[in-house]
Amino acid sequence: MVRPLDRKLFRDLWRLKGQMATIALVVAAGIAAFVTLRGTHTSIQDARSAYYERQRFADVFARLERAPRSLLSRVEQVPGVSRADGRVLEPAMVPLPEVSEPLRAQVVSVGTEELQVLNQLHLRDGRWLEPGRSDEVLLLESFAVARKIKPGDRLPLVLNGKKRDVRVAGVVMSPEYVFAITAGDISPDPDRFAVMWMADEAIAATFQMEGAFNVLSVRLQPGASERAVIDALDRLLEPFGGTGAYGIGWQPSNRAIDGELAQLRSFSTVLPVIFLMVAALLVNVVLSRLVHLQRPEIATLKALGYSDFEVGFHFFELVLVILVLGAGVGVGVGGYFGNVMVDLYAVYFKFPNLSFRFDGASASAAVVISVVAALLGAFSAVQSVVSLPPAEAMRPPAPARYRRSLVDLLGLARVVGPSLHMIVRELQRRPLRTVFSALAISVSIGLMVIGGWYYDGIRELVHTQFHQAMREDVAVAFIEARPARALSDLAHTPGVLAAEGLRAVPVRFRSGHAHRDGAIFGYPEGGELRQLRDRYARLAPLPPDGVVLTDVLAEVLRVRPGDRVEVEIHEGQRGTKQLVVSGTVDDAMGLQGHMTADALARFMGETPKVNLALLRIDPTSSETIDARLKDLPYVASVTRRADLLARFESQSASMITTMSAIILLFAATITVGVVYNNARVALSIRARDLASLRVLGFTRGEISAILLGEMGLQVLLSLPLGLVFGRWLVVGIASTVDPEQWRMPVVITDRSYAIALSVALIAAVLSALLVRRRLDKLDLIGVLKTRE
Amino acid sequence: MSVDPAVLEGRALTKVYRMGDVDVHALRGVDLNLHAGELVVLLGASGSGKSTLLNILGGLDVPSGGTVVYRDHDLTAATERELTRYRREHVGFVFQFYNLIPSLTARENVALVTEIADDPLSPEDALGLVGLGERMDHFPAQLSGGEQQRVAIARAVAKRPDLLLCDEPTGALDYQTGIVVLEVIEAVNRELGTTTAVITHNAPVAAMADRVITLHDGRVMGEARNERRMAAKELRW
Ligand SMILES: Nc1ncnc2c1ncn2[C@@H]1O[C@H](COP(=O)(O)OP(=O)(O)OP(=O)(O)O)[C@@H](O)[C@H]1O
Ligand SMILES: [Mg+2]
Repeated sequence: MVRPLDRKLFRDLWRLKGQMATIALVVAAGIAAFVTLRGTHTSIQDARSAYYERQRFADVFARLERAPRSLLSRVEQVPGVSRADGRVLEPAMVPLPEVSEPLRAQVVSVGTEELQVLNQLHLRDGRWLEPGRSDEVLLLESFAVARKIKPGDRLPLVLNGKKRDVRVAGVVMSPEYVFAITAGDISPDPDRFAVMWMADEAIAATFQMEGAFNVLSVRLQPGASERAVIDALDRLLEPFGGTGAYGIGWQPSNRAIDGELAQLRSFSTVLPVIFLMVAALLVNVVLSRLVHLQRPEIATLKALGYSDFEVGFHFFELVLVILVLGAGVGVGVGGYFGNVMVDLYAVYFKFPNLSFRFDGASASAAVVISVVAALLGAFSAVQSVVSLPPAEAMRPPAPARYRRSLVDLLGLARVVGPSLHMIVRELQRRPLRTVFSALAISVSIGLMVIGGWYYDGIRELVHTQFHQAMREDVAVAFIEARPARALSDLAHTPGVLAAEGLRAVPVRFRSGHAHRDGAIFGYPEGGELRQLRDRYARLAPLPPDGVVLTDVLAEVLRVRPGDRVEVEIHEGQRGTKQLVVSGTVDDAMGLQGHMTADALARFMGETPKVNLALLRIDPTSSETIDARLKDLPYVASVTRRADLLARFESQSASMITTMSAIILLFAATITVGVVYNNARVALSIRARDLASLRVLGFTRGEISAILLGEMGLQVLLSLPLGLVFGRWLVVGIASTVDPEQWRMPVVITDRSYAIALSVALIAAVLSALLVRRRLDKLDLIGVLKTRE
Repeated sequence: MSVDPAVLEGRALTKVYRMGDVDVHALRGVDLNLHAGELVVLLGASGSGKSTLLNILGGLDVPSGGTVVYRDHDLTAATERELTRYRREHVGFVFQFYNLIPSLTARENVALVTEIADDPLSPEDALGLVGLGERMDHFPAQLSGGEQQRVAIARAVAKRPDLLLCDEPTGALDYQTGIVVLEVIEAVNRELGTTTAVITHNAPVAAMADRVITLHDGRVMGEARNERRMAAKELRW
């Protein structure tokens, strides 16, 4: 038999279903956020570690100019090293006939399938290289898919300045290119960046690298110190043109994954906490009212011999039902969005099997935490009434005491009229609830602002980078730095309106024990196509001498303007020299040094050279220019700014829209929950007053205005707060992005603010309308008859 | 009528409510015994402390001074948990405003008590006793005041309490209905031998008691024993 208290529970639940449902939605949003984000995090992390382990992904990497393979056994004797693998990696180009400019590529040497030591390839389609054939390659899947290339297809390839045709034997995935970028890239461009693996002998022959290697990968023994191994390797590789070993944390693909995981982790903590706090607040508001209304019933139950615990637990059960509902919906929705998120990530992160893994342990943790949060909210509401002696609980509580309000004090009573005055007094009577509710709504608005910024921030980044920082139409990268006068060749090509050169030197910055790899850029005097700009694309001064460092880099190196920094040159005539830091700049991405072209040439001890030609072209002749450029043997890649922009936008579009939509949806539940529940509670508290007013001749509209005006004031209060809060959250989130890679501009457009405000207002108005319906059906006689 | 040993003994009971700066003395030293099986009526003007006294005797409230002893349990020294047990096992309450749970039917309101009592009547029997066998599945809002009060009595007696404490059970009822309710109380006292205390404003009701105690301004002003209990049916006011 169902216990009578349980029947009461069900009937109370049914009466309060709107309130229960809206609170359950907030709980659901919190749990869903947790399940989605944490589950996505775990899924990626697990897929990664399983993949790395299976493919024997290396722990430490190093580039060098050329070393004999015999060096590998010496590397393996370094304490802490368990395996070492040497390969040849060279830049190449893929001049696809259907693409106007040649595409960047890397070719990597590989042995037989069985003899792969580290960083093993995962064959997805086709077959392995046939021994003895030098015209076969294995192609990175992301490129193959993007360009619809199948095993058996032929590809043009420019290797060491010579063009040849190769046959794609198989399509592979590689743990080194899960995220297909190379150092210095901003975003992956799977259709413009190809990686190919060729037989050892074939590459060696082409690049005169017989019996030698130029990329070292090392796997550590368990517990070995990465730092110590890196130091030992740097010493060992120095004579062979080593450019400095780096750990797995700096491997470009892996670092990108780390960055994404860190963001997921911080989101998956902050969001659920916010939602559960709001849920606790709502539980408290609703339950306080319920308990207040049920004071006589509580007293009766106690008089009948029910203990405090039994009575209190009865109300907790109500909360538990909300939680069960919320958790059920949350876990379901979270699982669904988790799948969506992981599918989105699967576009960027190429693991052999990345699928959303429902993380049962963290889901249960989320449910337990939400139980605790809700019970905390319930406890203070229930405890005060339940602990009253029954005799006291049976008497109605002392009538609410109203104080003279601000309106009175300011002498505004006559101006604002009695209706508004009632509203102000009511809000003032429960200052904490008013404040917390306004805070909760502002949190909701804040979250929506994040959703907007997700969109804007990236748009802004695109705008500053692609429109203001890069003013060229086409950027032509050379295979090797060339004398600056080589530019005149390009400048005289028909259709080219202007040409400027940029010098980039790969270097390692060092100061004390700290060091970072990056590049120094040399800007030509009077150049206009690229200039030194900060992350908001504002021009930054470039002194004639010394180097201006990215401020994050200066921080890492602990140097200030006026200090010296050691620079290891990783190009041509290697060597280490000192440079004076002449300033710092807050630029958008990467770690760089910036100099005038002249200062850089002096520093390098060379006549001015350039590795990047920036062209302004006449759009009508772009075809012919492309054809010309494609034929130049010293060109490594040709990038049109417009393509870069289009690609960046199309890639981020789906991710951003999905994320923004999810955030908006979730955040709206808070506004609905707060406004609806507050309005319902206010209605319950004021039903008698309002009914009396109706009896006195007030219209429905007038009494609605009084009740909903209260909510309106609360929402109005929270609007500016929400915007401020949103900006604050954005700054916080922007800082979770790896600062050595990105400095996201904190730019929130009016559009985003407007969207956040409108969604909050719409949610508030809809909730108010739901309550207004009840208000219209107010049973005048019934309300006046019941005693309270 | 022989004097049975006291089931409940109140000694020198005082109750002071502190209302801001003023102290309200609701009880100023009341001695009162309830003997097994007797029916006591408490009379007194509004504000004389009747409800306060009854609440203390029933373990709904604690006195500011004095002692209450139920059989050999000192209620004044009892913890909240012991008081709850006392109410649960020994006391049945009937209130002026019935205090039914509005979201539960008559039967369920009674079941609320039979659930947690040791050797209860069935809710059906209890409701039969008050003549509401037919209305068991109605909600309080569907019952008249007198019917609601009878449900409340059924709920109070269903646990077979040792003490039945009624605070103005007819206060909100008309004469006719009041009589019906009093008849039920009288029957419970007679047939189940439940020690009963009834508060009333209505002096004539005193005629149905074994003993009548009059309170005035927080003190016992008089105590009278009726030679003969008048049947509730014969009461007139
Ligand atoms: N919670 C309280 N706080 C302050 N004073 C109280 C409280 N409860 C009762 N009193 C005061 O104690 C006195 C006795 O109250 P009590 O309710 O016992 O009277 P009563 O005899 O039952 O009156 P009535 O016949 O009107 O029910 C009254 O003066 C009353 O105002
Ligand atoms: Mg009273």
